[in-house]
Amino acid sequence: MSETTHDGGVALGAASPPDEGLPAARLAAKYGLSVSGARPPLREYVRQLWGRRHFILAFSQAKLTAQYSQAKLGQVWQVATPLLNAAVYYFIFGVILKANKGLGHDTYIPFLVTGVFVFTFTQSSVMAGVRAISGNLGLVRALHFPRASLPISFALQQLQQLLFSMIVVFVITTAFGSYPSLSWLLIVPALALQFLFNSGLALILARLGAKTPDLAQLMPFVLRTWMYASGVMFSISGMLAGKPEWVTRLMQANPAAIYMDLIRFALIDGYGAANLPPHVWALAVAWAVVVFAGGFVFFWKAEERYGRG
Amino acid sequence: MAEHHPAQGGARGAGDRVPTVIADELHIVYRVNGAKSGKGSATAALSRIVKRGSGDSARGVRKVHAVRGVSFVAHKGEAIGLIGSNGSGKSTLLRAIAGLLPAERGKVYTDGQPSLLGVNAALMNDLTGERNVILGGLAMGMSREEIKERYQDIVDFSGINEKGDFITLPMRTYSSGMAARLRFSIAAAKDHDVLMIDEALATGDRKFQTRSEERIRELRKEAGTVFLVSHNNKSIRDTCDRVLWLERGELRMDGPTDEVLKEYEKFTGK
Repeated sequence: MSETTHDGGVALGAASPPDEGLPAARLAAKYGLSVSGARPPLREYVRQLWGRRHFILAFSQAKLTAQYSQAKLGQVWQVATPLLNAAVYYFIFGVILKANKGLGHDTYIPFLVTGVFVFTFTQSSVMAGVRAISGNLGLVRALHFPRASLPISFALQQLQQLLFSMIVVFVITTAFGSYPSLSWLLIVPALALQFLFNSGLALILARLGAKTPDLAQLMPFVLRTWMYASGVMFSISGMLAGKPEWVTRLMQANPAAIYMDLIRFALIDGYGAANLPPHVWALAVAWAVVVFAGGFVFFWKAEERYGRG
Repeated sequence: MAEHHPAQGGARGAGDRVPTVIADELHIVYRVNGAKSGKGSATAALSRIVKRGSGDSARGVRKVHAVRGVSFVAHKGEAIGLIGSNGSGKSTLLRAIAGLLPAERGKVYTDGQPSLLGVNAALMNDLTGERNVILGGLAMGMSREEIKERYQDIVDFSGINEKGDFITLPMRTYSSGMAARLRFSIAAAKDHDVLMIDEALATGDRKFQTRSEERIRELRKEAGTVFLVSHNNKSIRDTCDRVLWLERGELRMDGPTDEVLKEYEKFTGK
């Protein structure tokens, strides 16, 4: 490393290949090279995403486990956190505000707890979706995978979180006199549809949040407004008794309200079909399919642009 | 600094020079939000939002032009070193080749999917080393079977278990050297067509460094083309037969390792 005096001529372009003089695009075509980082067609994208299903699942489980790994009680918090949440909501809305208009005491508490958890599922999927790309730029800039894996993985993490919460819901529901029955099985399709809907929302917000990270500051207000309009703490039909019917129907067509009501209807004996809007399953399917398909295509359209920032 | 591995450059014939990576007038621009003119007050931010539509510069978005018009052709079997001072655009160029950073202008053509050696971003400190091996492998696109097959090799190579059963402890309990070794071992477990290494050689103790240099040579043999970013001229000399010298985002020199390194050392005043 000391031969500094010798003047080695600057050899630009090293050795001359036989293809010298060919423009880059022609040379690339000749050897079958493709543009790096180009967006694959939709069908191919879906195939790649399916190929990454193990990663999506492992990533969501890892995030879930990492959440409480520093706590002494560890994974007990998966159940304890929703339980404490339920207690606080009961204290505020059940005891202090007495918001149980149109519902008996034995119905109201499971009604409230179910509503809170089911809405939280959508709420946290949306919040995680906003930060799915913008909060994981390191990952996006280091490894190659279909970016839709991230928002879907976060929605899946929230689904697993909800399954822990459902244990609490089952206990409370049973404690208040609604015993397990066949109708409880209805929560499976209801939750599956809600998961699709949430993933779609997460995909939409992941793309918006990648371009405008400020959404993470704005979304909590939007979500709180949505929560109060969705009848989490009160029954829509009970609250709007006496108002024109179309107002009630409109409020009940809100997807968050639909998924909450379906699960309450499945679990709670005192919450009958009268509380559900007509065609409720059709609405639930329509919201899930439209939002998921729309969100997926919307997200895919910007696939090659994630990571710039 | 004992052994010196000669560059294994001459083994290939000139007849089969198949291009694997072509960069054509590549420009990369980063956009940084809210870094304009130091005025971070709310009113300044608001007035920037109001001025929307009048272009990026008015909205307080600052552009950093990291790579400016770089062109080169890399061939199968080449090991290419990237050198240049800090902030000269080496890592950015690697990411652009991997298709992880979208190009502002120009194009990169590649054969297959080039991959960066590194899984740091996918690993989680709160998980055990065991789960991180699996998570990292999946993140790199390996299948569950492949990971199961190579799991023991990864753990053995990292040497994590030499001082007791550490692989079942969370990664946050590892010393920084141990964590770096595990990360390298996970990353190096996969075969790549076009492999890109960003200063990965400087991890771990001397013994592990030798071992990882060996592994990189192995990977190099399997891979079509290797890119190596390093500030260590010795490791460049040992592994690469061609060097690209970047300065301020421009390609300053491109040629055989010895020639470019000599000029570079003259430039840096060594």
